[in-house]
Amino acid sequence: MSTLAIHNGRVIDPALGRDGIADVVIVDGRIARVGPDEGSMVVEAERIDATGLIVAPGFIDLHTHLREPGFEHKETIATGTLAAARGGYTTVCAMPNTQPPLDSRAAVESVLREAENSAIVRVLPIGTITRGRAGKELSPAGELVASGVVALSDDGDAVADPSLMRHALEYSTRFGLPIAQHCEDPSLVAGGHMHEGWVATRLGLRGRPASAEETFVARDIALAELAGAHLHICHVSTAGSVALIAAARARGARVTAEVTPHHLTLTHEEVAFAEDFKSARYITNAKVNPPLREETDLLALGIALRDGVIDCIATDHAPHSVGDKEIEFDLASPGLTMLETSFGLCMKLVHDGTLSLPTLIERLTIGPARAWGLDARPGLEGIGTLAPGALGDVVLLDPNAAWTVDPSTFASKGHNTPLGGRELRGRVVATIFGGRLVHETDRVVAL
Amino acid sequence: MTTELTRPVTSQPAPVSVEWHHEHILDLDDFSVAEIETVLSLADRMREVLDRRIARVPALRGYTIVNLFFEASTRTRASFELAGKVLGADVLSVTASTSSVTKGESLIDTVRTLRAMRTDAIVMRHSMSGAPYLAAEHTDASIINAGDGSHAHPTQALLDLYTMRSRVGDLRGKRVVMVGDIAHSRVARSDMWGLAAMGADVVVCGPPTLLPRGLRPGDRPAHAESAMPPVTVETDIDRALEGADVVMALRLQSERQDNGLLPSLHEYSQLYQVTQERLKRAKPNHLLMHPGPKNEGVEIASTVASGRNSIIEEQVTNGVAVRMALLYLLSGRTEAPGGEARS
Repeated sequence: MSTLAIHNGRVIDPALGRDGIADVVIVDGRIARVGPDEGSMVVEAERIDATGLIVAPGFIDLHTHLREPGFEHKETIATGTLAAARGGYTTVCAMPNTQPPLDSRAAVESVLREAENSAIVRVLPIGTITRGRAGKELSPAGELVASGVVALSDDGDAVADPSLMRHALEYSTRFGLPIAQHCEDPSLVAGGHMHEGWVATRLGLRGRPASAEETFVARDIALAELAGAHLHICHVSTAGSVALIAAARARGARVTAEVTPHHLTLTHEEVAFAEDFKSARYITNAKVNPPLREETDLLALGIALRDGVIDCIATDHAPHSVGDKEIEFDLASPGLTMLETSFGLCMKLVHDGTLSLPTLIERLTIGPARAWGLDARPGLEGIGTLAPGALGDVVLLDPNAAWTVDPSTFASKGHNTPLGGRELRGRVVATIFGGRLVHETDRVVAL
Repeated sequence: MTTELTRPVTSQPAPVSVEWHHEHILDLDDFSVAEIETVLSLADRMREVLDRRIARVPALRGYTIVNLFFEASTRTRASFELAGKVLGADVLSVTASTSSVTKGESLIDTVRTLRAMRTDAIVMRHSMSGAPYLAAEHTDASIINAGDGSHAHPTQALLDLYTMRSRVGDLRGKRVVMVGDIAHSRVARSDMWGLAAMGADVVVCGPPTLLPRGLRPGDRPAHAESAMPPVTVETDIDRALEGADVVMALRLQSERQDNGLLPSLHEYSQLYQVTQERLKRAKPNHLLMHPGPKNEGVEIASTVASGRNSIIEEQVTNGVAVRMALLYLLSGRTEAPGGEARS
């Protein structure tokens, strides 16, 4: 019997409405007891002093690119899940745009096998919506569900054909599986490499207009309502999308949504201006799809996240090699590495008063779990909570610790972040997965 | 003609103070007014060299310039080549095909290789916006942007400024109207920066599908007001030309029609061609410019292109002088370019 006792932290467990000083006791990988002085009742245990720290359920990421198989030079399941652990994540949902794509039982099972061998935290695979992500015919959803996928997505590309999207949504209702759509109309974003606006004009880059996202959000909501299906909107990035989602949810449509830390905090100015407006640059590490938008979008996204119009924060962690980014802007791969900076970046919204700390934690834990019904899946009972019997996934946080982002120290193979050298306030001190410490900093004090 | 070579420059005094902080020339957005003045006054002296019977001085002897063109160009390439040769530099032209060099690593490799061969300056044209910025980050050779995608063409903008200045003097308050495909024009973007710095009132005019977003006041947040040059946007050419001191027609590429941005070239010419009739709204002594190459009968009427207000050919000649000035400034050499050097 192994026991871990976390003493005297401020335990925030939004699912149970708990927020107060308490001990958390994990026995044999599951939460045993949570309460004041519970730790002292345990005779024999490994003990951690969490005085002055936040103790919360481990974070859940619905949107992670682990790149394996096929792109191991960008990331592997081992490095990606280590990065997850460093970022406080104990569960990551792996996007299927690998090579081969996860469109068959064999492909999904190979990922699960590799995860068994090398993953530091839990990996839940996502299957493709269409075969080969080609947008032509449906993937075998039944086979994919049987092999353990938790959602379907062609992320990186939208399913553009409206009939095929309708059928994908209809078919998914047989399994109660969310269809996670990357909403950007390929025709409207063709040749575009950043948000369409004044920065793109200054740089002479073709833009990806906000309306390219919004037209697909509107279309797919209508199709989901027609199908009676669960539509999940990936990485919402515009104020217009927020309004569409809010209206759909008010009508009772089964629409869930995620937002990334970068779309919540960074604007399209990141692409061109490192310091001032005097001279422009082409910062490929800020190139991402959908693109970083404008201040007004950030504000709308923050409020939507606070109000629950957007269910959760997802990282869209998209590691790339140096060669993928040290290249002409038009040719650079879109995406940025995010697992290890997610919490620090999201804490900006707490420090600026947009979100309370418990709300932020909700959107990183039980929010994503409920959005996809993960907490109802066999084997995942209690995920995203610290309820007795739940998985022993716990994160220790220092919400005020300042640290400077140094990509060269990342566990992720991807150093592609525009945040290098920037100070963030809010740090993951330790991550416990299934009752075992999988990440700890020198701030962790054993008792 | 050694007398030509050794004749000291006496007609033009040396610039009193040379303002210059550039290792590369990527765009005009980071040029101060003083730096633009430095270029223009040095271009005056270069124009004088260029107009000599034997236009050849040894000012850049031992300086190596590579023209690295990833996109076809006749005039800009020839202009740089001549500018280098007049100053006695070694000039090599490389036509790189974008099909063999499609990855940035290769672009980085290419400029590093050229530098390893002791190239001092690389004049670069590329179809992708920002490519010269990538090159500049990876070499200590001077990168001169000779046109990148839809982004910038700073040497064209400087030659435009030089040409306007030589005709109308102070540009402050002068109404300069650019007509055409503003969205895809690197010339328009660089000209906006240069003209705004010199105090001109810039008007851009074109069909709504060829006007980029972000130029109108209100298109950007207050904190970013200075992040774009101030311009007036018009979709009606007659309104735009009213009282113009300078009119610049921009090349319209026929592919804009194929991409569904325009109904037809015919309709474009009906609505936006710079014609003699329309120019009656401009000031009588207005200047008519075009960065070339022209599509006569599309964006500009033939009679206008060769009319009495046209200074299009002068732009071409001045282009060589301005590029001489820029190469000379980048070389960091300080002796008077027109004279003292001994052969």
